[in-house]
Amino acid sequence: MTNEIKKQYTMLLGQYLQYQTERNLYLGQNFSRRLVQKDITPEEVISIHKDSLAEIYEGSEEFTDGMKNALDFLTEFMIQYGLALREHKILLKNQEEMDHELELAANVQKTMLKTTIPTIDGLSIGSISVPARKMNGDYIYYQGDSKRFVGVGVADVVGKGIPAALCMSMVKNGLDTLGQPSISPSYAMDVLNRIVEKTDNMFISMFYGRYDVVQSTFTYCSAGHEPALLYRAKDGKFIELESEGLLLGVLPDVHNQERSVQLAKGDMVIIMTDGVTECRVDDRFLEKSELTDLIFKHKDKIPQQLAEAIFHEIEKLSQFQNLADDLTFVVLKKEDD
Amino acid sequence: MLSMVSGEVDAFTAPSLREELLAVDIQEDMLVELNLSEVSYMDSTGLGVIVAFYKNVTANKGRLVLVGLSQRLQRLFDITGLSGVIHIEKEGAVNDHERI
Repeated sequence: MTNEIKKQYTMLLGQYLQYQTERNLYLGQNFSRRLVQKDITPEEVISIHKDSLAEIYEGSEEFTDGMKNALDFLTEFMIQYGLALREHKILLKNQEEMDHELELAANVQKTMLKTTIPTIDGLSIGSISVPARKMNGDYIYYQGDSKRFVGVGVADVVGKGIPAALCMSMVKNGLDTLGQPSISPSYAMDVLNRIVEKTDNMFISMFYGRYDVVQSTFTYCSAGHEPALLYRAKDGKFIELESEGLLLGVLPDVHNQERSVQLAKGDMVIIMTDGVTECRVDDRFLEKSELTDLIFKHKDKIPQQLAEAIFHEIEKLSQFQNLADDLTFVVLKKEDD
Repeated sequence: MLSMVSGEVDAFTAPSLREELLAVDIQEDMLVELNLSEVSYMDSTGLGVIVAFYKNVTANKGRLVLVGLSQRLQRLFDITGLSGVIHIEKEGAVNDHERI
């Protein structure tokens, strides 16, 4: 402790002992903040206090030996508090370090899982994926051959946070290894299921769809995923793309069925995760009809803007509360006749 | 063996449910019944705990039955395909006047 601190403390204490004003008290409070910043421990403060009193009452009998002993006793007493404070500071520092590490991990995740929206004549694609926490447990995978096929996978790891995020690279590597946009969705799911099943209690819900530009067919397979929506431009109606499939990772040998739908101009396939359907509005969940109304309202936007508009609408509906779950929304729209 | 799960099963409460279920000593041919009628909400983390428990029970040659699922919870098990794998007793299903 420096003499400067001691001098200032003595001055402030002296003033307060003379005049017990709000202002003097306020000056003392400000000074205590500086002591905290300078890492002065509680026991040191008491020691400064004792020395200051001795100085203020020098030559008088008012500051008795009994009082001095009592302050020594209190100093000992405060040592535990000082230790607790130091521990608290170390924890804060560790927390900062961990936050920083997480930030780095999230960036690595972004780079590792990077996937680009394929461009192909006759189909436009837009998407948004927003994590509830630092790392995203939702994942969108794209592949395309620029001529005939586009593959889109949307996966949601059961659970949240870091373990979920790490699991994602498994999905990407699996699909990369299969490596063909023309691949059958149910085959892709079966292979992924075998990979995921080998891990210890990791489960993934996934929707995988393949669009064939030549046939205008969308073939899809769902592994326990939230049903995708099909918007029929002709009659302005939405249909749920039903499909009974099991979460990836539950049983070793599963064969999930695939189905196909024919798309016409203006039709859209909308794939999402439960972050959309489980979004809380006041004290309830977002209704499917509310969601389709929102999509209908923005249906004439290009898919990317549509996806972003839906996210903003959901943000508004949930009154900008933090997302409870990672949220992903993908739109595929057939543009040509 | 009968067990009752109640309250919200989400990312915050699921770890303690996992602990409790892990502590269950599963023996061959044992029938484990989980009553979920008091579960007001379950998210995917909670679902993961139930699936992990199911895998543990079957690996030890026991049987798991879920009872008392609300409509919303039933839908969650239907969408994820789990209702085709885990035995769910539909009788005595609670009316879904509230969200799960």
